[in-house]
Amino acid sequence: MGLELKRVVVTGIGVLSPVGLSITDFWNALMEGKSGAAPISYFDTTGFATTFACELKNFKADEYIDRKSADRMDPYCQYGVISAEHALKDSGLDLTSIDPTRIGVVHGSGIGGMTVYDQQFRQYLERGPRRVSPFFIPMLIPDIAAGQISIRNGLMGPNYATASACATSLHAVMDAVMLLQMGMADYMVCGGSEAPITPMSVAGFNSAKALSTRNDAPAKASRPYDVDRDGFVMGEGAGSLVIETYESAVRRGAKIYAEIVGMGASADAYHLTAPHPEGLGARSAMSTALNMAGITPDKIDYINTHGTATPLGDLAEIRAIKKVFGDHAHKLSISSTKSMTGHLLGAAGVVESIACILALQNQTVPPTINLDNIDPEIDVDVTPNKPKARSIEYALNNGFGFGGHNGCLIFRKAPAV
Amino acid sequence: MSAAEITDKVYDIIVSKMGVNKDQIKPESKFADDLGADSLDTVELIMELENEFGVQIPDEDAEKIGTVQQAVDYIVNKK
Repeated sequence: MGLELKRVVVTGIGVLSPVGLSITDFWNALMEGKSGAAPISYFDTTGFATTFACELKNFKADEYIDRKSADRMDPYCQYGVISAEHALKDSGLDLTSIDPTRIGVVHGSGIGGMTVYDQQFRQYLERGPRRVSPFFIPMLIPDIAAGQISIRNGLMGPNYATASACATSLHAVMDAVMLLQMGMADYMVCGGSEAPITPMSVAGFNSAKALSTRNDAPAKASRPYDVDRDGFVMGEGAGSLVIETYESAVRRGAKIYAEIVGMGASADAYHLTAPHPEGLGARSAMSTALNMAGITPDKIDYINTHGTATPLGDLAEIRAIKKVFGDHAHKLSISSTKSMTGHLLGAAGVVESIACILALQNQTVPPTINLDNIDPEIDVDVTPNKPKARSIEYALNNGFGFGGHNGCLIFRKAPAV
Repeated sequence: MSAAEITDKVYDIIVSKMGVNKDQIKPESKFADDLGADSLDTVELIMELENEFGVQIPDEDAEKIGTVQQAVDYIVNKK
């Protein structure tokens, strides 16, 4: 490569997940193997094939944002704004002392404001077009979280959302890294948020046969790699990172969580919703990321998989991992934290990247829970039910989305300063 | 509905939509300058008044409603 790329590090983290609303609670829940799934409380699920999901627990937007502002945000936007502001605070950046045009935001959502869409469409049907709120459009659009983060915090650098379904926030982080490396910003806030637990979205994913229907045992429903897996469990929440160059972090004495050393992106070019059976696109995303990191596959110690617990997807990804990693696929640790958090769709990538970063920090692999009978086709270590202490230098995170979008990030343990 | 009842209801709508306390609202308060309303807030407020009082407020009338008292007077006249 002719271009000398700057090293990029993570210096701030914010996470709102169904198993914890702070970094500490999130990590502790992963270590305890806690499930975030429970019966849906947001709407009457009579007639729905699936009646449970991973909702945020004890979350009240107005504990974080004033009520008037919160009322003008769809939940997806509230989550994004709150996690981004947590990450900014965690980074220790003094926003009053930096050039506002040099700090930007790439924050995505797979869907956008589903709740406000449901409400306002009902309003239109019942009361006509003149009763549709003037805030409907600016609450609905999937870029408004990025916009709100900038408006509320005065961040005037590059600002937009990515949209690649369940790979959305991985692509947001990638874009943010590239913006730093191209010199278009000095600091970036990046990540994604999703609030998909609405009647239309649950009904739609049910019709696509994507969701688990284990209604009698929600906490047991998200079971990647288990023979009895029957689809994913919908989750909601957000994750955000503050990233900057290594030099910048050292100069201001910031705490460094990890370095982002590799990135890969690809498409399956195969099917709307089904993964390529051999994981062709996933393979190329992982290979590209390893190549960029300049490491051989045997350096990777931990893979946080997309692993949604769909019958086809889990196998395709493990096949792809075995192709890319060869024998080493049997030596590294693999887990799907979706077994605990559920699938946060557009926010999944960054929340699982945060799991990787915390795994590097704690030198511990979070488990895949609900593994009672491992699928006989899965002959790799998927870290069943209990966390595993091991030396981790590099962690890799996969994320794949409807449309065949693939994303892959590789994180390295924080460099010694 | 008496003028006092209408005034009371208008104040309640302003409190719920503008995120202000009732004691911040005065008859002469301007929605934009004194109560922090932007253009979208104003549209929403007018819709809420139409909704609550069952009246139609055409755009050309809405443009003339700039203060709390003007809103109350408009509703009283329409009723």
